[in-house]
Amino acid sequence: MTRDLLIQASYLASSVLFVLGLRSLTRPDSARRGMHLAAIGMLVAVVGTLLHREIVDFRWIVAGLTLGSLIGYPMGMWVPMTAMPQRIAISHMFGALAATLVGIAEFETLGRGASVGHAQMAALGFEVLFGSLTITGSLMAFLKLQELLPGAPVTFRGQNLVSLALFGAGVILLALLVGNPGQPLAFHSMAAVGLAFGVSLVLPIGGADMPVVISLLNSYAGLASAATGFAIGNNVLVIAGALDGASGFILSIVMSKAMNRSFTNVLFGAFGTPQVAAGRSAAGLAVRAITPEDAAIQLAYARKVIVVPGYGLAVSQAQHQIRELAGLVEKNGGDVIYAIHPVAGRMPGHMNVLLAEADVPYDRLREMEEVNPEFGSADLVLVIGANDVVNPAAKHDPKSPIYGMPILEVEQAKNVLVLKRSMNPGFAGIENELFYMPQTSMLFGDAKQSLQRLIAEVRLA
Amino acid sequence: MTTTALVQSLYVFVLAGFVGFLVITRVPALLHTPLMSATNAISAISLVGSLVAAGADRGRTATVLGFVAVTSATINVVGGFLITDRMLKMFRRDPKAGPEERGRGR
Repeated sequence: MTRDLLIQASYLASSVLFVLGLRSLTRPDSARRGMHLAAIGMLVAVVGTLLHREIVDFRWIVAGLTLGSLIGYPMGMWVPMTAMPQRIAISHMFGALAATLVGIAEFETLGRGASVGHAQMAALGFEVLFGSLTITGSLMAFLKLQELLPGAPVTFRGQNLVSLALFGAGVILLALLVGNPGQPLAFHSMAAVGLAFGVSLVLPIGGADMPVVISLLNSYAGLASAATGFAIGNNVLVIAGALDGASGFILSIVMSKAMNRSFTNVLFGAFGTPQVAAGRSAAGLAVRAITPEDAAIQLAYARKVIVVPGYGLAVSQAQHQIRELAGLVEKNGGDVIYAIHPVAGRMPGHMNVLLAEADVPYDRLREMEEVNPEFGSADLVLVIGANDVVNPAAKHDPKSPIYGMPILEVEQAKNVLVLKRSMNPGFAGIENELFYMPQTSMLFGDAKQSLQRLIAEVRLA
Repeated sequence: MTTTALVQSLYVFVLAGFVGFLVITRVPALLHTPLMSATNAISAISLVGSLVAAGADRGRTATVLGFVAVTSATINVVGGFLITDRMLKMFRRDPKAGPEERGRGR
């Protein structure tokens, strides 16, 4: 009795510590301490569980904990910040894998379903169905982000039909099982269908949509954990799973809004395939190219500079150079802030992490709503490797594919300097009229090399 | 598990989801990547279920599945908390910023 009470107390304590830990993430200065609390919560729950009367054999537990730590340590300490999206995608897979296997083990233990009640079967079914589709879905997302699979959408005729059929089959099997839980074949088929559905769901989604996909998978992994809690009657799992599910869901909404896309459009739209009628044509317009010398003079005398970093900056690993350039501008008495679009990186908040890694103080990073009124008073806006998120067509051209997407209003600035590899349009093949505006100058070349030349010239100026 | 137990779990689930929604909508976009890695580590609490499956000696299948589950969940616990801490450690204030800018609690 006391032992059970102790176990329950440890679960309650860890639930409270988890909520406190997440709450600390509302402020960057308290975040670290809060996450230490959450880690302690995890330790408390594990120690509490080990008191469990049913646990009689510790050999496999110790082996699993050891092996997991050996793999987890490098995944925590050595993965570079640019690889964060694929790192998170693969960890959604591990989370879902754990939940699914616990579900299958529970099913096997209870007489291969024979002694599972209807309500428990519903929970187990959700756990295994959601878990298995998250396993393969996350694996596909990982392979795409790691560029082991093509980042472009992989499509074939009738793809959405296949996905729909798989989804339908999964739901029907789940319903059958709830009606009569003692059907091992149906249970295993449901897991297989879930695995296949995960592949067919994520394979057709393009690399640019990955922020939404990762967030959705985050939510699914959480729901699978929560379902585990339902199935084995454990509240701390229900609570932690609900927190994770809510977080993933909120982030998917934030990302979808920032891209002006609906969930259905992301999941079944196969964006990027036939993008016809790419807004206004650029025929007859000319861009103004600028030399690094002239650009450096603008930078050296600017009082207020806003940097707009895009994915191109991360690709060429130029975060440290931009920090160095900003340091020079500040030394000349200028002020530099950074405008971060919600989808600037490959996952929610990615660009903030990349800039923080390059020692940019977080009070210099501004969110879109906060920075948009500032562009009008900026002397110079430096756009590096960003394209669609600064395209004014999103505001006024209903024919543009990105019409309605919230953008950074760079076109309001007095002077705009765009660092860009070439005049090739962005991933959606959309012309950007910002590049043709009279206040815009273009500095062509690799972002890192261009920045290095600017740094050298500003030093001389 | 009885239907009563299911309903009780539903209560917990809905209320926890509500708390999660209230707390997480207040997390600034600045910290969305650490938020995701943190919730990922926290939801690896399914480790608790895996431990019982691996250690309860309920036949070979359950033990092997439990062992793989313990390993996967531990990867997320260890890797997830470490990488979250590594990221949060990098977020620093501007030491040169004046007092009013320091007060920007976001």
